Amino acid sequence: MTLTTTLTDLANPTKFLSLTARLLPWLIAATAILLLIGLYMSAAAPDDYQQGATVKIMFIHVPNAWLSMFVWGVMSIASLGTLVWRHPLADVAAKSAAPIGAAFTFLALVTGSLWGRPMWGTYWEWDARLTSVLILFLMYLGLMALWRAVEDPSRAARAAAILTLVGAINLPIIKFSVDWWNTLHQPASVFRMGGPTLDRAFLLPLLVMAVAFSLLFVTLHLAAMRNEILRRRVRSLQMMQAGQQAA
Amino acid sequence: MSLGPYATFIVTSYALVAAMVLFLIGWIVLDYRRQQQRLRELEASGVVRRSGRSATETR
Amino acid sequence: MTALAALIKRDIQIALRVGGGALIGVLFFLTVVVLMPFAIGPDLALLARLGPAILWLGALLASLLTLDRLFTADHDDGSLDLIAMSRTPLELSCATKALAHWIAAGLPLIVATPVLGLLLNLDAASTLAVALTLLVGTPALTFTGMIGAALAVTLHRGGLLLAVLVLPLSIPVLIFGVAASDAAITGPVSFGTPFSILCALSLVSFVVGPFAAAASLRQGLD
Repeated sequence: MTLTTTLTDLANPTKFLSLTARLLPWLIAATAILLLIGLYMSAAAPDDYQQGATVKIMFIHVPNAWLSMFVWGVMSIASLGTLVWRHPLADVAAKSAAPIGAAFTFLALVTGSLWGRPMWGTYWEWDARLTSVLILFLMYLGLMALWRAVEDPSRAARAAAILTLVGAINLPIIKFSVDWWNTLHQPASVFRMGGPTLDRAFLLPLLVMAVAFSLLFVTLHLAAMRNEILRRRVRSLQMMQAGQQAA
Repeated sequence: MSLGPYATFIVTSYALVAAMVLFLIGWIVLDYRRQQQRLRELEASGVVRRSGRSATETR
Repeated sequence: MTALAALIKRDIQIALRVGGGALIGVLFFLTVVVLMPFAIGPDLALLARLGPAILWLGALLASLLTLDRLFTADHDDGSLDLIAMSRTPLELSCATKALAHWIAAGLPLIVATPVLGLLLNLDAASTLAVALTLLVGTPALTFTGMIGAALAVTLHRGGLLLAVLVLPLSIPVLIFGVAASDAAITGPVSFGTPFSILCALSLVSFVVGPFAAAASLRQGLD
């Protein structure tokens, strides 16, 4: 099966639903197993000579930070699907990904703040990376507001798609700008989030947790897409019912 | 496993992540049940999908 | 007169009329800059240090305020539909409207900057630097803000949503605008680097803004 036939097959919501129903149990199992392995590895990881045990926060902070950007990437591809190919499930994918991405971004901010507190002495220090994530969080919230502000679902999808793509273009610019601003105003802090090269003892648990969280996203996303498809089914049936009653 | 002097920060972080993940799972499961419930009600009131298939079918 | 020239002339004329929005932007700029010392205190040295930041923030908020009018007035009386249906590409019409908006609402801000610089105890060279960065940076604010204005045009009370959408996108312009001003006044950092990045941001917005705004208008109007 080529990629294009797969994508066109998946454009059929019913086919998508049956595929999801088959995949979800496996995804849930795989996610749970990987999360447990990751958690065990994080607990067993040694202490960092500089940060002590607080390095364990990195194992949940970095995956969330990475996912916050990855989800915007997924939404950007879905937005291209909406605007360029008018793929019907692209709207569903974009809309259901936004709250999940916002949740991961929020977690990245909170865990980042808690990770920084022992090192910085304050809960927030306008660190370049965290500040970029804060701006990204604002963009997620704005996007979710836009989804809910336009009533017609397909028009909302196109408006959100444009904003998502504009945001995608701006994200590297914002990251670069905040980095520049940060180096301008602060001397290089002794502790930089994420540190220089990671020792293997920390890299492995981090990678496992990253994969586990990514699988978690895929699982949640597919389930949320299924809900969105059902929601649209409800909407069209309600409109049919209203039409029947009017007749 | 000693978590050192900043143990509360570590535990709070993991707890918050767990809470948020559970919240997301719960919200999605509840939403699923709510949509299925609405579909069942609509089907019971006699509305039929254009394809003729059952409204609550997800396979 | 070509269609675009007519559009510019019309937009500028409307904006400059009473209630057209251009001069209220300057008034808001003045108000914000005057408010700052009440919050910060009359310490002249501190105000001079913060001067570029205050002027830039005031300009950013003032341009955000007037952006609402970019499309809504035309949408309300139906001329936006006519513009969208005309033979000129919608992207060019959007760019033209943004240019007219900047001439009517952005340039007055820059003209007001020397006077406000006096209030903030900035010397002539510093004020000139800030004015120059505003000259180069406010087009970026207008063209980027146009995207939010286009997305929000069909929404009721879309003004607040417009601000929420536009502000994150404006942060790079703010960062480099203030950085360039500070570099000219104090810094060891050369003025050229942040200034050229500011120019680059404006140039990018000249391209991305009209295309995104036109796409947003199309989905909003049909």
